[in-house]
Amino acid sequence: MSTPTAVDSARRPWLRTALAGAAPIVGALAGLAAIWYGVTYLVLSPQQRFLLPPPHEAFGAALGNPQLMGPMLDALGRTMAVAVIGLLIAVVLGVGYAVVMSQSAWAERLLYPYAVILQTIPILALVPLIGIWLGYSFPARVVVCVIISLFPMIANTLFGLQSASAAAHDLFTLNKATRWQRLVKLQFPAAVPSIFTGLRTASGLSVIGAIVGDFFFQQGAPGIGGLLRLYTQRLQMDALFTAITLTALFGVVVFAVFAALDRAVVGRWYGR
Amino acid sequence: MTILPGNFARADPRRGTEENDLTTSTRALAVDRVRKSFATGTVALTDVSLTLDAGEFVSVVGPSGCGKSTLLRLACGLETPTAGKVTTSAASTSYVFQDATLLEWRTALRNVELVDELRGAPKAERRAKALGVLELVGLAGFEHHHPRQLSAGMRMRVSLGRALVAEPELALFDEPFGALDEITRLQMQTELQTLFRLKRFAGLFITHSVSEAVYLSTRVVVMSGRPGRIVADVDIPWDYPRAPELRYEAEFAAIAGKVSAALGQHA
Repeated sequence: MSTPTAVDSARRPWLRTALAGAAPIVGALAGLAAIWYGVTYLVLSPQQRFLLPPPHEAFGAALGNPQLMGPMLDALGRTMAVAVIGLLIAVVLGVGYAVVMSQSAWAERLLYPYAVILQTIPILALVPLIGIWLGYSFPARVVVCVIISLFPMIANTLFGLQSASAAAHDLFTLNKATRWQRLVKLQFPAAVPSIFTGLRTASGLSVIGAIVGDFFFQQGAPGIGGLLRLYTQRLQMDALFTAITLTALFGVVVFAVFAALDRAVVGRWYGR
Repeated sequence: MTILPGNFARADPRRGTEENDLTTSTRALAVDRVRKSFATGTVALTDVSLTLDAGEFVSVVGPSGCGKSTLLRLACGLETPTAGKVTTSAASTSYVFQDATLLEWRTALRNVELVDELRGAPKAERRAKALGVLELVGLAGFEHHHPRQLSAGMRMRVSLGRALVAEPELALFDEPFGALDEITRLQMQTELQTLFRLKRFAGLFITHSVSEAVYLSTRVVVMSGRPGRIVADVDIPWDYPRAPELRYEAEFAAIAGKVSAALGQHA
């Protein structure tokens, strides 16, 4: 299936792409470390230094301590599970909701306001209520995660479903396509790139949602958000920094995975 | 089918029909005193009558906004007339859009297959048909290319292929070559003419270009500016195939001049 033009540029493009993609991130991390060291040694006095221990101490102490790292990684795993399950539910609900809205103008007028309300209510205001209704453990965490990541799925999918041209719709009308054929062979395929855009945004939000859920709902085995709260209360600075860094890395990895998935799938979709 | 002695041979309705009383059955499209106005109050067409028989290729020229596209949409039922009547006997109608209107996620082959797919034709059958049509429109070897990998002219060929695969008795063209560069455009005109000669559908072709209309058609219909009505109906004498050089002959210029004059008077 390779085209003559595609062959030349296709020679190990992934390696170059990966390097080109990694360079700015590595640079940014190096800059961050430099600022960190600068603040620790040049801004803070030795008495204040516990507020921001230098990176090697902050990470070194925690990474070398299996009793700290074990629970931390377990907690991260639980948070990941919440984020992934929450994202999956958000994807199914969001795409389904958008499909229903796309089927008629009045369905959209009827249903869109709920999506907007979902988006505009500050989620933190809802959290206590969710706790009262669903308890303070796993299901509540997942629900928070779903609510936070749902709107981008709905909005992007709907935009995509409506993106097919009027002429393409005419083509389907002229060939007496059924509503189902129009959805499956025109609207949904046209929406694939937008769905992936939504997925990229929602995946990032689902990580935030999972951590927020951990933070508030502490029943059962803790997630990384729960540990963040615990370390803060105990002023365990090295553990706190390591946990924060882990969550940040987790977010970056999730974002990178979905960005790569987006490029790969959408690129293939259009035969790029 | 029995073979009758020469003198009594019934004319095949698909071929020469002049000596037969089959005009009603070969009429592909009849537009009868049609008026079309839109909810916005715009009157697109007033009192338009037009007939199109099998084997005819009629071009409609007119200033932009004169309702040419509306006429085409009426012909295939995408719009209904406000007054008057549109009838067609065509078992199958194809529509070629202004831009190629391909599904970007489908290869050329699968774009051509779409029509049969919507009709529920078996996969092997529709694939074989689509491959044949792609060869016909000069795209053999490009079956598995996506639209974005094809030039504008090739995309339009896929679009023509998609129209042909339905084996239309009536084919409607909404300025299909308007966005193409001059060289591609002339080439596509020649190819469309070849396809017409081969398939003998009844063609209704909308265009801005007088020379395109004269070169392609058996008849050219001129419309006035909005609200559109028909102001001239010019027969084009030449048989097919027509050589590209025909465009530079005096007779061609004379007919094109006649069409242009009608266009100029009613712009």
